[in-house]
Amino acid sequence: MPHPHRKHLLTSVQMAHFVATGALRMDAVVPDDMNQQAIEVLKGGIPGVPYGTPLSEAFVDSEFVERLVQLPEVAGAIHSLVGPEPTVDHHAVHIRKAHEGEAQNLHGDAIIDVRTDAFDVQLMYYPQDVTLEMGGTLSVPGSHLRRTNESDTGRYQNLRGQTRLVCPAGTVQFLHHGIWHGGRKNDSDLDRYMFKIRFNPTVRQVRLWNTDDLYDEQVAAELDQSFPWYENATGRLEKYNRIMLWRAISGDDTYDPNYWVTRVSNRPQRVVADRANNPHAKGKKEMV
Amino acid sequence: MTATAENPQVTGLRQQVLVLYLASSALDQRVIGWSTYDGTGQTHPTTGDSDVPPYETGLDALKDGWRLFQASQLNPPYPGHEYDVSFLKHEFFFEKLV
Repeated sequence: MPHPHRKHLLTSVQMAHFVATGALRMDAVVPDDMNQQAIEVLKGGIPGVPYGTPLSEAFVDSEFVERLVQLPEVAGAIHSLVGPEPTVDHHAVHIRKAHEGEAQNLHGDAIIDVRTDAFDVQLMYYPQDVTLEMGGTLSVPGSHLRRTNESDTGRYQNLRGQTRLVCPAGTVQFLHHGIWHGGRKNDSDLDRYMFKIRFNPTVRQVRLWNTDDLYDEQVAAELDQSFPWYENATGRLEKYNRIMLWRAISGDDTYDPNYWVTRVSNRPQRVVADRANNPHAKGKKEMV
Repeated sequence: MTATAENPQVTGLRQQVLVLYLASSALDQRVIGWSTYDGTGQTHPTTGDSDVPPYETGLDALKDGWRLFQASQLNPPYPGHEYDVSFLKHEFFFEKLV
């Protein structure tokens, strides 16, 4: 895979948005001619790929997918999030049939994954206009750092501020591996198609994006946002965990504009008490 | 099975369950999440079917006749896991018999 042009890499503000929300959405980034072809291609199936295949080798037998991942904005986002030459974990075509009566339970993919300095991303491509009735993917902004296992969250039907995806054809979203999500019930007359690829990084995910705006105020604003479904107290822990993730991927282990991490890790070692005041001390010494 | 007052064949009653997730452990706090299950089979609530909570607070559900039958315990975090985030903490189960 060629290195994407710097202008197609994500900005620090976009990366901070991803760290806070667990998602990055690119509306209508795939051109119409590809969207027109997509349904037939997806109906025909995409050849399987062994786990861990380098991206540059994974889709040599699928020209359509190769074009998709090489679109400049898509390639730039992949590089920014997981770096050069990630491996393909797996891919899948998801079809929610017209009037399909069941929604998926809210879940995280694979198994509980608590890495604090690395993450996988899932690309989701929607070749059609997706209406609310078509049951576009449900996802919960800011849920990706919650330590839960797969569908143990299935009891949660609706959360305040959840995202019920409605988007134009050609939209791609990138989701952090831990985000709570699920395919919604399709109440429309149209089958809904989505194509997903999970990428694993093969390098340390440190400053892989365009860092020109690394200390832009909007970075701090993104990282400090709250979501309507957060509990009052746990919402603060979310910010703590986000800062830890931002420190890991920015390589700046002092970053903490709102002091969530700093105040609870402040354990000074300098002793200033006068030892002479200690009645258990043996003998008095002059302080130097 | 012996027929009793709890036997739905006798009473004709079915349980509707409402689960509310609140912003803190206080029952009069803001609803942040919700689920419903309908033992009558008349409705079929499911994942992602609404963006609007049925009540603003847990207390509002009580005022509307829902009976609280379970609330989350308040457990201290496991040592070493004080900053972890996981399941929603403040879960309240309500019922109506209809």
